[in-house]
Amino acid sequence: MFFSFATRNLRRHWIRSALSIIGIVIGVVAIASLGVMGNSINLLAANIITDVGDTVVVTPHTAIGGTFAGDPRTTVDAAIPAREVEEIRRAANPHRTIPVLQGADEVEFGRGESGYARIIGLEPGDIPVLLDIADGQHLRQNQAGALVGIHLAREYGISPGSRIAIGGEDVRVAGVLAERGMGFDINPDYAIVVSDGWYESHFGAKASYPMVIVRVGDPDAIDAVKDAIESRINRREDLVDVSDSREMLGQYEEIYDQITLFLLGIGGIALVVAAVNILNVMYISVTERIREIGVMRSIGALRREILRMFLYEAVILGVIGSVVGGLLSTAFGYLISVAAIEVATAGTTFGENFTVFDQSAVGFIVFGMAFGIGTSIVAGFYPAWRASHLAPVDAMRQK
Amino acid sequence: MSGEPILRFAEVSKIYPLPAGDVVALDRVTLTVDPGEFIAVMGPSGSGKSTLLNLMGCLDVPTSGEIYLSGQEISQMSDDDLTRLRRDRIGFVFQQFNLIPLLSAVENVEFPLVLTAGREESRLRAIEVMRAVHLNDALFTHRPAELSGGEQQRVAIARALVNDPDLLLCDEPTGNLDSKTGSAIMEILAAENREGKTVVMVTHDPGVAAYARRTIRIVDGRVA
Repeated sequence: MFFSFATRNLRRHWIRSALSIIGIVIGVVAIASLGVMGNSINLLAANIITDVGDTVVVTPHTAIGGTFAGDPRTTVDAAIPAREVEEIRRAANPHRTIPVLQGADEVEFGRGESGYARIIGLEPGDIPVLLDIADGQHLRQNQAGALVGIHLAREYGISPGSRIAIGGEDVRVAGVLAERGMGFDINPDYAIVVSDGWYESHFGAKASYPMVIVRVGDPDAIDAVKDAIESRINRREDLVDVSDSREMLGQYEEIYDQITLFLLGIGGIALVVAAVNILNVMYISVTERIREIGVMRSIGALRREILRMFLYEAVILGVIGSVVGGLLSTAFGYLISVAAIEVATAGTTFGENFTVFDQSAVGFIVFGMAFGIGTSIVAGFYPAWRASHLAPVDAMRQK
Repeated sequence: MSGEPILRFAEVSKIYPLPAGDVVALDRVTLTVDPGEFIAVMGPSGSGKSTLLNLMGCLDVPTSGEIYLSGQEISQMSDDDLTRLRRDRIGFVFQQFNLIPLLSAVENVEFPLVLTAGREESRLRAIEVMRAVHLNDALFTHRPAELSGGEQQRVAIARALVNDPDLLLCDEPTGNLDSKTGSAIMEILAAENREGKTVVMVTHDPGVAAYARRTIRIVDGRVA
C-alpha cells in the first residue's frame, strides 16, 4: 500500500524523480569509477615496478632525506666518492656491491634520428647480475660497446650490431636489454648501458657515483647489511642514505593510496551533492503534500506509516540511481582505466594481459552503490520524519 | 439511550499561544453527546466550532479539561493510540472532501480499512459502502479530480463509514456543494444516523442544521 503510494508519487513527478536519480547516478559513478581508476593505477604500478626485493640502494645523503625515490628535491649534484664505495664494499661483504654511473648525452641512432638518452655506466662484470639480455650479447671486459634498453631499441629500430653515436663517439651495439620495468635502482628500459671504463673516458674521469647498489642474496640479511653500511660510513656525519626496495615499495604504495583516497574524495563530494539533491526533492515532496499527510493522519495513518511511505520514495530513488550508477561505473571505470593504462604504458608490454577488474575494483563499485543507497536513505529521513510529526490539524490547515 | 455518553467534555479549554497574545478558542466547555444523537454545532466564524470538532475527533488535545470518548480519557493518550481511535472509532467528513488525489475512488474508501486490516477483504467492504451511499460502480476507479463535488463527498462519506465507526464528525459537509447536492448528502447522513451512527456536524446553514435533532451554539468559545 505505502510502497505503491511511493511509486505513484514518484511517477506523478517523474521529471523531478528522474533528476534526482541522475544526481545519485553521477555520485555513484564518480565514487565507483574513480575508485576503480585509482585501483587500476595501483595494480598497474604493482605490475610495472620491478620487484627487486633483494636490493639495497645507497645514495648520497641529502638534507631532505627520507622522502621517496625520485623526489625532485633530492636531485642534487651529489655523488659517492670511490673511497666510500670501497668502504661500502667492505661493509657489505660478502654481498655484491655495484657502483653505478649515470648521466645523459645526445645520441645519434642512425637514419638521421637523434635525441638525449640516459647513459648508465657499469662494471661489465656487474651487468649480468643486474640486467638480462633480450638479444645479442653482454659487454666484454675492455671492449667498447653498448647495451640498449628495449624501448629505445624498439623506437629507433636498433638491433645488435647497429652503430650509434654517443656524444659524437661511435659505438657498436652489443645487445638489447630485456624489459625490466620501473626499478628502484636503475631504469634501463629507455637508457643505454656502457662499461664504466668507456663512461669515464667519455665523460672525463670521475671516480664518484650517484648510486651504489648492493645485491643481497638473502632477504633476511638486508637489515644487517644496511646497518653495517650505516655504521661504517655514517659514523661521524650522514654521508649516505641507505634504503631497500621493500621500504621504497611501501612509499610507492602510500603514494598510490593517497591518489586513490583523493579520487574517492572527489567522488564523495559528487555524492554529497546528490544527497543534497535528494534532500531537496524529498523536502519539496513533503511540503507540497502536507495537507494530504494531514488527511491521512486524521483518518488513521500512524506516524511510522507516513515515515515508511516517504522513506520508500527515498529508497526507490536511491536503489534505481545506485544500480544504474553501478552499471555505468563498471563501464566507465573500465574505459577510463584502459585509456589510462594505454597512455601510461605506451610503447611497453606492461599493458598486455592486464586486467582492470580485480576484487577490490568490484569492491569499489559495491561500495559506491551502498554509499548511494545509504545517502539516499539518510537524505530522505529528515523530510520523512518531519512529515510524520506534523500535527494533523496544522497539516490540514495548509493550502 | 442508556449507558455512558459517547463523548463527554469536562471544563475543556483550548488556548492557542500567539506572539500577539493567547487566543482562547474554547473556554471551559462542558457537554455530552449520547450514542445515536444527531447534533449540529452552529456559531459565527471564529467562534471555536472547528476547534470543538477537532477535539472531538482526537485531532488535537485540550489545553486544560478532560475529554472522554466512551468513558476513556484521551488527553494522556499517545499519538499512536489517538491515531488508532481516529482510525477505528471515528469517521471524518470535511468541507474540502480531502480525498487523496493519488488514489482512485475505491482506493480512497478502502484506505482506512487497509490501515487496519489487510487488503484482501478491504475491496469488497469498500464497494459495499460505496453502493450504500449511492455511488455508481462506473466511478469507482476514477481519480478524485475526475469526480464532481457531490461524488467526491459521497466517496468521503464512504471512506468515513468503511471502518464502521461509532461517531461521524462532519465539518461543513455541504459547504462546497450546491443546495440540491447538499440535500442529497444530508439525506445520506440522516440515514446513517437512523442506522445508529452518532453524528456531530459543524455548519452555519440553518437549513442543514434542521436535519439535526439537537443544536449546540458556540459563541466566543463558550456553549451559548
